Amino acid sequence: MIESIFTFGQGLVGAGWWTGLAWPTIWALIKVVLVLMLVLTAVTYATLWERKLLGWVQIRLGPNRVGPWGLLQPIADALKLMTKEIVRPTASDKFLFYLGPVLTVAPALAAWAVIPFGPEIAAANLNAGLLFLMAITSMEIYGVIVSGWSSNSKYAFLGALRASAQMVSYEIAMGFCLLIVLMVSASLNLSDIVMGQGKGYFAQMGLSFLSWNWLPLLPVFVVYFVSGLAETNRTPFDVIEGESEIVAGHMVEYSGMSWAMFQMAEYASIWLISILATIMFLGGWLSPVDSVFFNWIPGWIWLGIKTFGMMTLFIWVRVTFPRFRYDQIMRLGWKIFIPVTLVWLVVIGAWMQTPWNIWK
Amino acid sequence: MEHLEVIRATMITPTSNSGENCSVSVFSLKDFLSSFFLVELLKGMRLTGKYAFRSKITLEYPEEKTPLSPRFRGLHALRRYDNGEERCIACKLCEAVCPAMAITIESEIRADGSRRTSRYDIDLTKCIFCGFCEESCPVDSIVETNILEYHGEQRGDLYFTKEMLLAVGDRFEPEIAANKMADARYR
Repeated sequence: MIESIFTFGQGLVGAGWWTGLAWPTIWALIKVVLVLMLVLTAVTYATLWERKLLGWVQIRLGPNRVGPWGLLQPIADALKLMTKEIVRPTASDKFLFYLGPVLTVAPALAAWAVIPFGPEIAAANLNAGLLFLMAITSMEIYGVIVSGWSSNSKYAFLGALRASAQMVSYEIAMGFCLLIVLMVSASLNLSDIVMGQGKGYFAQMGLSFLSWNWLPLLPVFVVYFVSGLAETNRTPFDVIEGESEIVAGHMVEYSGMSWAMFQMAEYASIWLISILATIMFLGGWLSPVDSVFFNWIPGWIWLGIKTFGMMTLFIWVRVTFPRFRYDQIMRLGWKIFIPVTLVWLVVIGAWMQTPWNIWK
Repeated sequence: MEHLEVIRATMITPTSNSGENCSVSVFSLKDFLSSFFLVELLKGMRLTGKYAFRSKITLEYPEEKTPLSPRFRGLHALRRYDNGEERCIACKLCEAVCPAMAITIESEIRADGSRRTSRYDIDLTKCIFCGFCEESCPVDSIVETNILEYHGEQRGDLYFTKEMLLAVGDRFEPEIAANKMADARYR
C-alpha cells in the first residue's frame, strides 16, 4: 500500500525533475513528519503513563483531573512549558546555552530514522542501521556536556561531568550487547535482525516467542536493558540529574521549552531503547505464537505492545529502586557488565562454531 | 599500631549465616549468585508490582470528603434561642480567654434592661481555631461550626462582624444543634 502511494505521487507530474528529485524529497519529508509525530505523541503520553504508574504503585490515582482519566494532562503540560519564559543566566555562553538542548534532542529523534515499524516500513531502511544507531545515540552526550558547560553553574557542570563519564562507560557494555546480536543475526539491518528471529526449532513448533533472541541471549538482554537505563540516565542511574545533591544536573539553569527539550530527549531515548530491545531481543513485529488469531493481529500492534511493555519496565524499575552511588555505577559498568558481555561474546562465538549452532 | 588492630578486630563481623566465623572478604558463591541473578531486585519489583494493583487510598476531594467530628473547629457562628433572641449576654469570657486576642466585644444596656453586645467581631486572620471561646461560653452562643470551605479575597474579608456571625448561625442552626447534641454526652 505504501508503494502504491509512492508510485501515485510519482505519476502526478510526468517531468523528470519531479520523479527524480522533487517527489523523493517530498516523500522523505512526509515519512520524517509521520515518524516525528508518532514519536512526539508517544513521548508526551509516556510522561502521563509514568505519572499514572508511579501513582498506582504508591497507592495513589495519579493525574486524573485534566480531561477523562487525565488524558489531556500532557497537552496542558506542553502548553504551560511553551508559554514559559526561557531564562538565560547572564554569565552563560549564549550560543552554546541555546545549542545544548538542540544537541540533546536531535540525536534522540534522528535515531528513529532507521527503526522499522514493520517489514519494509521505516523512514530509511539502512543496511547499516545498527551502526547508525550506535553512532547517533553516542552524540547525545555532547548535548549534555555542552549545556552543562555553557550554563556556567557548578551544579550543571558537575552533572555534565557525571553524565559524560557514565554514558561513555555504559556505551561500551551496550556496544558489546549489540555486537553479540549482530553476530548471531549476521546483519546490521534491523529488519533482517527481526526476520532472523522468526526461524528456528521452536518457531517450527509454532512457539516462535521461544525462538526470539531474548532466551538464548538472556544475560545479554538483561545487560542491554540495564545499560539502557544508564544510557538514558533513568533511575537507578540518574545521578546526573540527582535532585537531592546537584538539584537537576545539566538541566538546572534551563526553563520552559529548553528544559522540556531535555525531557523530550529523555523520553524519546527511553522509547528508542525499548523499541530496540523489542527489535533485537523480542522479535519485533513477529507474533509470539503461530495461531490464526495471533497472526491476524497486524505486526505494528505487536511491535507497539512489546515496546510499551519494555517502556513500562523502565517505569517499574524507576518506582522500585533508589539511586545508585556514583562509584557503584562505575563499578557495575566497568567491572561487571563489560567482563560479562565479553565472556558471553566468546561463549556465543564458540557456540556458533559447534554443530549445535541454532543461528544458521 | 595496637589501636589499629583493635579497631580492625571490632570491624570484622561475621556476615554469612553458614555458621563458620568468616570475615567480610570471604567469597560466598551463594551471595555471588543471588546478586548476579538480581534475586533481591526482582523481589523488590514483585512487591511494587503488587502494589500497583492495590485499591487506591486517594480521596478525590471536591467529590469525596473525609468524615468530620462533631467537635470539628471551623468557621465561627453566633447562635440564637428558638424564639429568635440572641444567646450572647456580653459576659466577655470569650474575649478574655482568646489566646490570639482575635475577639473584640463592646456591650450596652438594651431598652428592655438586658445587657447585650453592640459589637462582636472576630478577626479570622488572627484566630487560631483553638475553640476556647466555645468552651468558655456559658450560654453556648459562640460556636465553631463544621464549615471549612470559605475564603476571603481581601484582607478585610475575614474580619467577621456580629451580623455576619449571626447570619452564619441562622443559616446553619440545624447542623450546629445536631453537632452539639451528638457531643453533649461526652461533656
